[in-house]
Amino acid sequence: MDYVFFIFVPMIAALFVPLLFRLVKRIHTGWFVLAVPFVLFIIYAMLIPTSMEGFVIESSFSWIPSLGIEFYSYIDGLSLLFSLLITGIGSLVVLYSIYYLDQSKEKLGHFYVYLLLFMSAMLGVVQSDNVISLYLFWELTSISSFLLIGYWYTKDASRFGALKSMMITVFGGLMMLGGFAILSLAAGSYSIREMIANSSQVADHPLFILALLLILLGAFTKSAQFPFYIWLPDAMEAPTPVSAYLHSATMVKAGLYLVARFTPLFATSSVWIWIVTGIGLFTLFWGSFFAVKQTDLKAILAFSTVSQLGLIMSLLGASGMSVHSAEPIFAIAGFAAIFHLLNHATFKGSLFMIAGIVDHEAGTRDIRKLGGLMSIMPITFTVAAIGSFSMAGLPPFNGFLSKEMFLDAMLAIRHFELFQFDTWGILFPVIAWVASVFTFIYSFYFVFYTFVKKGDVEQLPASPKEPPFGMLISPIILAAFVVVIFFIPNKFSDWIIKPAVAALQPHLYAVPQDVTIKIQAWHGFDAPALWLTVGVVVIGFLMYKTLDKWQPYYGIQPSYLSLNRFYDAMMNFSEVGMNKISRAYMTGVTRTYFLYIFASFSIITLIAVFAKSAFAFDLSSVTPVSIFAILNAMILLLAISFVLLAKSRIAAFIALGASGYSIALFFVMFKAPDLALTQLVIETVSVALFLLAFQRLPQMNTHGETKQNKIVNGIIAAGVGITITLVALASHSTKLIPSISQYYKDTVDTLAGGGNIVNVILVDYRGFDTLFEIAVLSIAAIGVFTMIRLRLKGDHADENK
Amino acid sequence: MKTNDVILQTTTKVVFFIIFIFSIHIFFAGHYTPGGGFVGGLLTTGALILLLLAFDLKTVQKALPFDFMKVVAVGLLLAILTASWPLFVDLPFFTHAFDDFNLPLFGETSLHTAMLFDLGVYLVVVGAAMTMIQTIGGDT
Repeated sequence: MDYVFFIFVPMIAALFVPLLFRLVKRIHTGWFVLAVPFVLFIIYAMLIPTSMEGFVIESSFSWIPSLGIEFYSYIDGLSLLFSLLITGIGSLVVLYSIYYLDQSKEKLGHFYVYLLLFMSAMLGVVQSDNVISLYLFWELTSISSFLLIGYWYTKDASRFGALKSMMITVFGGLMMLGGFAILSLAAGSYSIREMIANSSQVADHPLFILALLLILLGAFTKSAQFPFYIWLPDAMEAPTPVSAYLHSATMVKAGLYLVARFTPLFATSSVWIWIVTGIGLFTLFWGSFFAVKQTDLKAILAFSTVSQLGLIMSLLGASGMSVHSAEPIFAIAGFAAIFHLLNHATFKGSLFMIAGIVDHEAGTRDIRKLGGLMSIMPITFTVAAIGSFSMAGLPPFNGFLSKEMFLDAMLAIRHFELFQFDTWGILFPVIAWVASVFTFIYSFYFVFYTFVKKGDVEQLPASPKEPPFGMLISPIILAAFVVVIFFIPNKFSDWIIKPAVAALQPHLYAVPQDVTIKIQAWHGFDAPALWLTVGVVVIGFLMYKTLDKWQPYYGIQPSYLSLNRFYDAMMNFSEVGMNKISRAYMTGVTRTYFLYIFASFSIITLIAVFAKSAFAFDLSSVTPVSIFAILNAMILLLAISFVLLAKSRIAAFIALGASGYSIALFFVMFKAPDLALTQLVIETVSVALFLLAFQRLPQMNTHGETKQNKIVNGIIAAGVGITITLVALASHSTKLIPSISQYYKDTVDTLAGGGNIVNVILVDYRGFDTLFEIAVLSIAAIGVFTMIRLRLKGDHADENK
Repeated sequence: MKTNDVILQTTTKVVFFIIFIFSIHIFFAGHYTPGGGFVGGLLTTGALILLLLAFDLKTVQKALPFDFMKVVAVGLLLAILTASWPLFVDLPFFTHAFDDFNLPLFGETSLHTAMLFDLGVYLVVVGAAMTMIQTIGGDT
């Protein structure tokens, strides 16, 4: 079976959703949709035994074979873990959404199309081996996420959030494309596996670090790392199933996936390790610190997601250290990253669903209004408590296990000797510990302020009650996983984590069975992580108890010093500022544009002439100048000066006619009778036309000409004149090839049967030109005719004003 | 008040034909001596402008009841047909043919298809110039 085709199954299913939504009114459309992720989940689950053995499943079909671009599905442990998350949580989210979204009130036809599109895109991201198709799916997740966040498009906040997430993630996506381009040039292939196979060659490429940074930009924007996390809290305007699915369990992990996927390629670089670990850890702290400030349930969860993603990111960075250091703890860091990734998907998914249930039942998500829901919604409370305790890192929930491993890994960074980690490394466990304290606080804050703290239930917009059972199924299943994983972690480890770790750290393990790490809930009393956890719990509990005292101090931070404000200012600049800039030079005055054109013409030409030292001056081919030519040139100069200085239009045109006639005289002198004839007649006719047309115009006025303007005009006119003169002299002095005129002289009678070379060239040798010149003349005549005859009469004449 | 243009009008009646005949001469002479369709056309236009100056627009339009737009079209058609007929006899676009013929009235004459093309140019020039002048002059 070609697994590559399964990527497209949700996309194809999406085609039928609007049809089902229209035709089958009685059954909630979600029930049809549910089958898609569920079946895919079963299919992917059946691959687990294969991947446990260390086998990978590959299949492909060509897209643009001439460019080496194909859809290549490469399912190893890492891809399989993500595919299972996507389809598994996808099924649960669809199930949840069936109860959450109302068939009659919501545009479900849209919702499920976007959701299925997203599912395809996500499967494509995690399974693609070809970076170009990976990028394609990557942007498709951005687009479908944009559509889902803006699902309630009549709300301003939805549209704002959708746009913000789009701007940031697409920015990162484009940067990532640049990184991919560099990598594929360096490796000579679009395939990620081949890049990793050629990693030494890729690492020698001069742009290697740039590619690394660009790809990290893509991963960090998608995974909401500092400072790009700002789109995630605003994306909470999406329907809650979307938040649960995209913004906690799947899409935001695409960046983590990318980092994990490229770790074997980039981990040799210290830049990679520093940035991934550092930014990850900082994001962990930042997100957990600001989560306590939030008052909206989903905003708390959003910041918590940011923080947890940072945690996983820092673990991925630490796992890269295993390339340089033989210490087993760095191998464990990679394991912990994957493990926490799985754990986070379970508990965060359920918590989002809980937030949705509270919102659905109580009518608000504002934590200041909520409280005392424990006795009214006991099941919801239980699930919320399980999720929160796991998030806080308490036993007996899975978050405890991965948190312990995380703290161990951060402690070990101190001993990492390369890249100056031994000096600054002490900061890592400290920050990690502080962040864990805040994680503990907001987890308790989330669950106890909503359910346990005394609150006036009567004042809520809706009268809360336990939600329909169907809505609870999904969070209960996820919460069950939270507990089950704690008790049998090593089973899960064998099934899905070890194959993923083997893909993450291929230099350590050949097959998943080589991963000998065992997860233990109990390390003994001398394990430092245990005491750190005890410290987290004690300090965290004390701080939670005094939360009301110190939470208001968050208000100290002025609002203009926030990253959101920075983003807004940037967006504002791109609209208003750019508008100002373009207004500054797009004056709408033709004179200004002519200034630009002429000035740039002469500057560019002069630079080109002198940079290429193309200027040459050679008098050897100049013919002797006759006295008539000098006299005529003086007439011409006089006439032109008169044109420039004339005060009335008529005088200027007559002077123009004089210059035209003197040019005709030049033609006579230089033996061009045809030109002279034509020039004479044309000059006469055009002066007559000018006089006919311009006698109706008012007197010339200055059009706001000032002295300054005139000086600038004069300088630029002189510049253009000098440029042209120089170019003419230079081109006259350098004749590279002889003229072809001899051919015309020789063949004018024999081949063309004529005597006047000029006319024969016009009608015979190069009649093509003449054909189109008379066409130009005809168009001019038609133009004059239409402009004068077909003028709009009456009110419409001023339509364009 | 109507000005009396007797001298101008009478002179015009004579001069017009001189200019016109000269323009025809220039047109035909073009292949061997200075001239050709373009100058010829312009000179004819000059003659017509003289008519316009001496008489008024309506009189000239009555005397020469051409739609000069159609003259332009005919000229273009003639030019493009002259240029494209070689395509039908398997020759490249714009191949001209010429030879000497012994015509009954003119005697030994050299005929050239380039002349037809030039005639197209001539008609376009006359038509375009006259269209412009009539349109601009007729606009009050």
